[in-house]
Amino acid sequence: MIYEVFRQERKGQAFEHAGSVAAPDAAFADAYAHEQYGRRGESVALWVVPRDAIREIEDFPDELGKNYHRVDGYSLKAKLKEARERAGTAAPSGDS
Amino acid sequence: MSREQEFLEYVQSGGAVEVDDWMPDEYRSKLIKFIEMHANSELMGVLPEREWILRAPTLQRKLALTAKVQDEVGHAQLIYRVVEDLGKPRAQCLADLISGKSKFHNVFHYPTETWGDVGVIAWLVDAAAIISQKALLKCSYAPYARIMKKICWEESFHILHGRDVILTLMLGADGQRDLVQEALNRWWAPLMMFHGNPIDAKDDPVVQWRIKTQGNEEARQQFLDGYVPQIWELGLTVPDEKLRKRDDGVWEYTEPDWNELRSVVTGHGPRTAERLEFRRISREETAWVRHAILADAA
Repeated sequence: MIYEVFRQERKGQAFEHAGSVAAPDAAFADAYAHEQYGRRGESVALWVVPRDAIREIEDFPDELGKNYHRVDGYSLKAKLKEARERAGTAAPSGDS
Repeated sequence: MSREQEFLEYVQSGGAVEVDDWMPDEYRSKLIKFIEMHANSELMGVLPEREWILRAPTLQRKLALTAKVQDEVGHAQLIYRVVEDLGKPRAQCLADLISGKSKFHNVFHYPTETWGDVGVIAWLVDAAAIISQKALLKCSYAPYARIMKKICWEESFHILHGRDVILTLMLGADGQRDLVQEALNRWWAPLMMFHGNPIDAKDDPVVQWRIKTQGNEEARQQFLDGYVPQIWELGLTVPDEKLRKRDDGVWEYTEPDWNELRSVVTGHGPRTAERLEFRRISREETAWVRHAILADAA
């Protein structure tokens, strides 16, 4: 069985994928992960997960082009410039 | 554009490849060969050092050397794991290593004559290795690049351990300083061969696929630039009269004997047969452990 190992370097940080171990059962997987990724105090916690238990999704279609729920849907620069000009607060161009 | 061509452009422009991604057969087989040789080298590299655990001068040195051996075997386990995911089982890798079908690094085919050799190996062989390994942090095959982070981190301890052994000897009696100089004389030629003969990057498929990101000569120049000054400052002599740094920053040196390199890595080094035989016996003697564990799990 293959187990994927994720490690946390400091408390509060996100777990990051470190590598994998091959082990006959969960107890051996824990022992191998402990030796490979924790014996020098380089991790404060490990997640040891059977590879089969990981579900991967990597398809994120955006058929409707929904940019209104992302930051790239809002380009304010030109509008802001126009609004400032109308309000008479635009920075003078050229020499300052 | 063909799928292969698209893939090549993807990796050349910095793209990362994961275990389940589609990849051309040639990329897969080049990866397996390259990474398997790295794993073999980690595994075989512990044998010269293992010979010195019982003969190390102090308890502290015995412990440090044992820990280093454990680290290197651990690296071999991690790297074989990557090879397994690419499709070649570990048992097959070990069988090919023992039968001489696959290779391991030139430096691990040579004998260790004195404690001075142990210091030179831990300091300079590991320094040469870490230069190659750091260049793998940007490998296009991401699972390999990720484990290289841990490996480089551990190798940096090993260099310190090696420097400490060398400095202690250099601060000792004349006889101890002689041990270091003699070991350096023995190891210089293998060290200069370590990064391989200069191949133009465009003719090196391993560079083209961005499996490694550094040419052989570039790595050797980096080694010389980083370590020759450190060797000189201790009052040691590098056994190469032609060695000098030119005004343009490039190091000149005596051309290594590339025939020796070819002969050594194809299984004709002074200790190749003996060390492979040791691997074969230890694999045979530990077979019952594997059977017991796997039977219990079934």
